[in-house]
Amino acid sequence: MGYVEIRDLHKTFAEVHAVDGVDLSIEEGEFLVLLGPSGCGKTTLMRMIAGLETPTSGEIVIGGEPMDEDIPPRSRDIAMVFQSYALYPHKTAFSNIAFPLEAAHKTRSEIIERVQATAAMFGIAHLLQRYPRQLSGGERQRVALARAVVRNPGVFLFDEPLSNLDARQRTTARVELKQLQRKLGTTIIYVTHDQVEAMGLGDRVAVMNHGRVLQIGTPRDVYDDPADTFVATFLGSPPMNLVELNEATWLGFRPERFLPRASFVAAADVAAFRFLVRHVEYLGSDRLVYGRLDGESADEKDVIATVPVTVDQPIAAGETYDFAVDRRALRYFDRRSGSSSSDGTG
Amino acid sequence: MALAEQLRQARLRPARRTLADRGDLLGRIMLAPALAYVLLLAGVPFVLAIMLSFSSATAGGLEFHWVGLHNFAEILPDPLFHRAIINTILITVVSQIAVMVLATVTALVLDAGIRGMRVFRFLLLLPWAVPVSLAALAWVWMFDSTFSVINWTLRALGLLHGWLYWFGDTTLALTAIIVVDVWRMFPFATVIVLAGLTSIPQDIREAALVDGAGFWRRVFQIEFPLIVPIASVAVLFGIAFTATDLTTVYLLTNGGPYNSTQVLSTLAFQRGILGGDLGQGAAIALFLLPVLALATIILLRFARRTEIGS
Repeated sequence: MGYVEIRDLHKTFAEVHAVDGVDLSIEEGEFLVLLGPSGCGKTTLMRMIAGLETPTSGEIVIGGEPMDEDIPPRSRDIAMVFQSYALYPHKTAFSNIAFPLEAAHKTRSEIIERVQATAAMFGIAHLLQRYPRQLSGGERQRVALARAVVRNPGVFLFDEPLSNLDARQRTTARVELKQLQRKLGTTIIYVTHDQVEAMGLGDRVAVMNHGRVLQIGTPRDVYDDPADTFVATFLGSPPMNLVELNEATWLGFRPERFLPRASFVAAADVAAFRFLVRHVEYLGSDRLVYGRLDGESADEKDVIATVPVTVDQPIAAGETYDFAVDRRALRYFDRRSGSSSSDGTG
Repeated sequence: MALAEQLRQARLRPARRTLADRGDLLGRIMLAPALAYVLLLAGVPFVLAIMLSFSSATAGGLEFHWVGLHNFAEILPDPLFHRAIINTILITVVSQIAVMVLATVTALVLDAGIRGMRVFRFLLLLPWAVPVSLAALAWVWMFDSTFSVINWTLRALGLLHGWLYWFGDTTLALTAIIVVDVWRMFPFATVIVLAGLTSIPQDIREAALVDGAGFWRRVFQIEFPLIVPIASVAVLFGIAFTATDLTTVYLLTNGGPYNSTQVLSTLAFQRGILGGDLGQGAAIALFLLPVLALATIILLRFARRTEIGS
């Protein structure tokens, strides 16, 4: 049994099923990412775990204790980092970090000691007397993290904590978050719509859409073996190509697996295609090649190939080339249900 | 003419800059009526009052003699003037404290999200919208020496054995005035405090919940500090409104019994208009001006200081 257990959880807002029957089991010390597009229910799910939202039905268990709706957020042994950071604007960084300890009636000397130790851990010890508005985005994020860490909770809930940082800060913060989790070993539930964050941070990723968890697994599992066409096209940039194989089946393959035939050894077991190139984007490390497979009708969506810079074969718009995919990288999906099937026959 | 030719010609003649494009000029023109209103209805009487307070002008004549500080020298030793100052401060301070406590509690209740809050908010604002004279008449009846519903109710509940002559006793009369002032000012203050509470980001409230703060800690450490800037506007307004108000006292007690509930505005009216001594009336009315100005500055500074964090 996991540290956080969620069983058949539902939340309905006036006819809208925000969370529609979620089961999750999160191990102690695990970093679980809830990934999905906006409105998929991931934030509502997290808010129910936090006790900020009351489930319509279902069960949440944290550390063996059932979290009934009369158990307020403060009694759940959780700490949360909000997307906006939600720092108290009228309190200094020190008072912000000290607030959860004051609420827990710790002694003044213990508060000072723990706030300073935590601030040192995040490299913000010199900023403790500043107000939030006097801090940069990255510094605010650290204060918010410190405020969560200082209580030493059983579970961290992170609601898109990196979305207000610029791209460079985000990369740094991602690495730091992962290091933090290794150091603390605390269970983390992390909500994001950013697949790079999800793949880079999560021990496991739960992909959500329309209030349901469609697939849960390691980043490699969900990327390589998507459970259905939604997961296949939500993860990956550009997304997995889906082409019509027959009446009943979509054939799926990742753009980076779709390469000129010449880049495979002659004996390789590949599926070969004639590829009519419409348009080529040069991105430095890769070329994105848009086109359609021979025999496909012209109004189909483009098939995309991500050709790495190491493949130096010239590719020009308007020409047709021999492309191929390693057969082991082919995936099949039922056209009606969208879910993964073992091959084209089933 | 071909359409393309028409379009080409239209492009050749750029539209002239209109008044709407000229922000500086337009701004001044649109500000002018408001400025004129303030100057004519507040500025002129204000300057006039200052001039009158240094003159021997009377309501009956057109003479205007410069008498320096004579009017102020006259009123300073006057016990009735002392009484009016004390009453003004007492009524203002007590009613404002009561207003802010009541308004905050009501706003917290309304903010907790009860059903039909919109209707309640509308009902709440009614006292503020009722004409003062009409409201005062109702209150005069409620405090009436014979028919007072307050007395009859207290009696029926067994809480009152004697009889309260509301306007016959100084303390009771002042209490009645304060009650009416609180009744008049508290809806407005509630709406302002409620606006302040509503403007606190939901995230911050939830962060406090998750951080383990109980109800009182949330109210006193998070919500109050965050509404201080906006609440001080309500206090400022309430102080200025109550300290300079003539109508409540004039209509309820008219300064009685025996001038014991006179406030500066009623005394100024009595001396300046009824008594005809415009100079002295102006001097009395102006007396609170420096005090109010000081209170305004202190409150605004306080509000700004608390805003530093946001």
